[in-house]
Amino acid sequence: MPKDYGIGASSKRREDVRFLTGSGRYTDDINVPGQAFVSFVRSEVAHGKLNSVETEEASAMPGVLRVFTGADFEGVGGLPCGWQITDRNGEPMKEPAHPILAQGKVRHVGDPIAAVVAESEAQARDAAEAVAVDVQELPAVLDMKSALEDEGLVHEDAGTNLCFDWGFVEDNKDAVDAALAGAHHVTTLELTNNRLVANAMEPRVAIGDYDAATDVSTLFTTSQNPHVIRLLMGAFVLSIPEHKLRVVAPDVGGGFGSKIYHYAEEAFCTFAARQLLCPVKWTATRSESFVTDAHGRDHVSKIELGLDEDGNFLAIRTATLANMGAYLSTFAPAVPTYLHGTLMAGNYKTPNIYVNVKAVFTNTVPVDAYRGAGRPEATFQLERVIDKAARELGIDPVELRRKNFIDKEQFPYATPVALQYDTGDYAATMDKLAEISDFEGFESRLEESKRNGKLRGLGVNCYIEACGIAPSNLVGQLGARAGLYESATVRVNATGSVTILTGTHSHGQGHETTFPQVLADMFGIGEDQINLVHGDTANTPMGMGTYGSRSIAVGGAALVRAAEKIIAKAKKIAAHLMEASADDIEFADGQFTVAGTDKSVAWGDVCLTAYVPHNYPLEELEPGLEETSFYDPANFTFPAGAYACEVEVEPETGKVDVVAFSAADDFGNVINPMIVDGQVHGGIAQGIGQALREHAVYDDGGQLVSGSYMEYAMPRADDIPDLAVDHSCQTPCTHNPLGVKGCGEAGAIGSPPTVVNAVVDALQRGGYDVDHIDMPLSPFRVWSAING
Amino acid sequence: MYDFEVARPSTIAEAASALSAEGAQVLGGGHTLIPTLKNRLARPSVLVSVSRIDEMRGVRVENEKCLCVGGAATHAEVASSAEESFPALAWLAGNIGDPAVRNRGTVGGSLANNDPSACYPAAALAVGATIETNNREIAADDFFRGMFETELKEGEIITKVRFPIPDAGNYQKFEQPASRFALVGVFLAQFGSEVRIGVTGASESGVFRWADAEAALSADFSTEAANGLPAAPGAMINDLHGSGEYRAHLMKVLTARAVAAAS
Repeated sequence: MPKDYGIGASSKRREDVRFLTGSGRYTDDINVPGQAFVSFVRSEVAHGKLNSVETEEASAMPGVLRVFTGADFEGVGGLPCGWQITDRNGEPMKEPAHPILAQGKVRHVGDPIAAVVAESEAQARDAAEAVAVDVQELPAVLDMKSALEDEGLVHEDAGTNLCFDWGFVEDNKDAVDAALAGAHHVTTLELTNNRLVANAMEPRVAIGDYDAATDVSTLFTTSQNPHVIRLLMGAFVLSIPEHKLRVVAPDVGGGFGSKIYHYAEEAFCTFAARQLLCPVKWTATRSESFVTDAHGRDHVSKIELGLDEDGNFLAIRTATLANMGAYLSTFAPAVPTYLHGTLMAGNYKTPNIYVNVKAVFTNTVPVDAYRGAGRPEATFQLERVIDKAARELGIDPVELRRKNFIDKEQFPYATPVALQYDTGDYAATMDKLAEISDFEGFESRLEESKRNGKLRGLGVNCYIEACGIAPSNLVGQLGARAGLYESATVRVNATGSVTILTGTHSHGQGHETTFPQVLADMFGIGEDQINLVHGDTANTPMGMGTYGSRSIAVGGAALVRAAEKIIAKAKKIAAHLMEASADDIEFADGQFTVAGTDKSVAWGDVCLTAYVPHNYPLEELEPGLEETSFYDPANFTFPAGAYACEVEVEPETGKVDVVAFSAADDFGNVINPMIVDGQVHGGIAQGIGQALREHAVYDDGGQLVSGSYMEYAMPRADDIPDLAVDHSCQTPCTHNPLGVKGCGEAGAIGSPPTVVNAVVDALQRGGYDVDHIDMPLSPFRVWSAING
Repeated sequence: MYDFEVARPSTIAEAASALSAEGAQVLGGGHTLIPTLKNRLARPSVLVSVSRIDEMRGVRVENEKCLCVGGAATHAEVASSAEESFPALAWLAGNIGDPAVRNRGTVGGSLANNDPSACYPAAALAVGATIETNNREIAADDFFRGMFETELKEGEIITKVRFPIPDAGNYQKFEQPASRFALVGVFLAQFGSEVRIGVTGASESGVFRWADAEAALSADFSTEAANGLPAAPGAMINDLHGSGEYRAHLMKVLTARAVAAAS
């Protein structure tokens, strides 16, 4: 019988009541009295020298309050990068300035040049058209290989387009080279991980407000991590101390990573509000979102896998070019490095691994973390090359994987790329996958497809991810310029209800439902007695926000720690009320009892006593019942799983249909199975989107060709088959109190190689000599591959 | 978008009069025009909406041979009204966009815009439709003049379209993955032994009749004949969703499917 409340229950998402009835409160729903509107003048060319920006005519237009240009930001900090990579020679990465408004040069289509603030949105836009920009166009630096020849520079100050050349682990390099040289067989694959646009349903919005009487600035913004924005913008850009700066991120309509970063528009609105003494609001158009939200992926890689005569993996060597775009976005350097190279062991006991990554500046939108962030890029290379090796050696792809799995007895397992996996059972998830996807019935389904003139393929794939990046002292050594703990305050109210205040946020994950589930179990009270407050630096403890599938693994752990403090204090109060020793108090199902007696007091009585301390040990114990914890994990968590997909391919047109998809995930313990199902569904849909449809394409001049939904192919409901999702294989995390691992990105990591493996399988079964197609596997690309 | 006035006439005559104003433009369902305005790529002074003109609405069969569709009839109306009388056209209309698009978008708007990937122009050419305006009648063969270009003069409104109903007809649409417009669409119509074929999405010159295919299939209405067709003449569209060669290939595949479906 499934639980109907608390941990393990599929409690309905309480936030959906407002999301599904149109009563959510998103940033654009906020209108501050007296607000003005900003319209940005953006570069229409990919690369150019900015000769002049003429604002006189625009400034004189109706309703215009002021026109800002880069000159207004001299002496103001640029957008900071939150992670510094040290390259193979021990040198820091190239870290060029990222001005709020362009100074001297424009470096990508969409780069902001000027900003017009006016009384109405239409007036701002009218006047923005009257700003005359004189740009001397320069050849666009686009292709990464050519960019490394440094014939044209995105940043002259850097002297090169190479941001960094990173080796991981550098000490492994010689052993890897030797192992590959001596291997019985080496499979090599060159592949591209296609550039994506995040396409959150809610576009970005920023509203800057300034109260001159108190000297407090407030930024309302579409952010996954308001405390991070406050820290970065306050300390590095605008020099506003934190007690004078409040950042509010209300309901957020999807982010997928793109709303982690500190963007120029946030700093601009906050700055302009102080200058003009009126609130300043910006709402991105969808067209602006395409050319200003950080893009994802965009790696070009070569991977080599060495095997012995029995199919044992001996060594892996990869070389990747990672596109940084025109500037370093907040966490961009971490993505192709510590979120990518560290994952190259996958689920396998390969003894020797070396990863080389060259990060490259180009005249394109900055690239940063997108759902999975580095881990999908690692998984895609690894799982594609394993599939290719299986075909080359005539070994069943599933068996080749099983043969090389880290055995469950080997945990904790130290990989050659610096991670220590705490738990896992990869054979169990593969067994579960075989069951739910009915491997045995494939041949008959294949025959049926053939009768309909279709090719059919089965793709299988494993993945591992590392969630909840930590601990802070380690990531600090690796270049992180922030801590990666999380916080929670548990505020027990006088009548026994509870308010959770946390530094994590939710942009669709359902935290308002799941966090109370945890406390309902711990306190033995109803979920409806508990609510969650997040998204406002004014009333939540400093926390690092939501990304990297970290919220329940790190934030949930902080919540448990704070709740444990509450219980410890409540036991003292209960002990006082029952005239017993606190050590003898037991707490279960909302009742405090003295062990071995029938004495008890209820949760509500203890809470009331804490706030009405008439009968209370005031000399020993403070009144009140509110505790905060900051939790810094000892290690990452390592969700893992096995995915299978069946496709039908129409050989005469190249059209691919995903006809079945199964996912067997190990997320450790699960708080709300329904929400976890939904997270996996969404991740798989995005992964199928990447595999078959989505692609941010630049033309030779640096224009984003797929800059609208007419050209950028989003997956739609009818592209996604019924998904068989199972997370019953559970090896709980050993180092956090809930035993949870995180589930937000798994689907997007595991599914792209599954789909590509299936399409290649279908083509090979159909007699076509195709061993790889770069994503997206559009009908045109598949047809082209079939036809040589 | 820039400021503009909106006129909502209730007769064709009123609409024609409103359109005589400098910078006036017809507004049908607005699915191309409104996004264009939102991007400030057009600056009409007045939009003359034809959606309230009763004489431009409705779908009916004339003499069992012709489907008469009001210029302001929506795709949804065509999809439901023509299901019995002209199922190929009903299918075409029922697969344009999504329900929201089909409940706003109009036949007249689609033909007047002549998007090189739109579906209706292929049908109009294939059946030899007659496009009626407030001034005259124009044969489909004379109407389309390359991408986004038509015979329509300034201020001219498509009031009605008469689609002759073929003995057999079929529309095959291969969707562009992003927009779900036709990457290539082939409308095949058979009148007696005469076969006419309209192709959309493929040519750089916009919608066209594929003469070689018409001749071959009029002589031998078979999938074998379709598969044996020579490559279509002229330059084909080449973009990120497909090369010209791919589009030319799809024309053959879709024509063969249309033959099979219509047989």
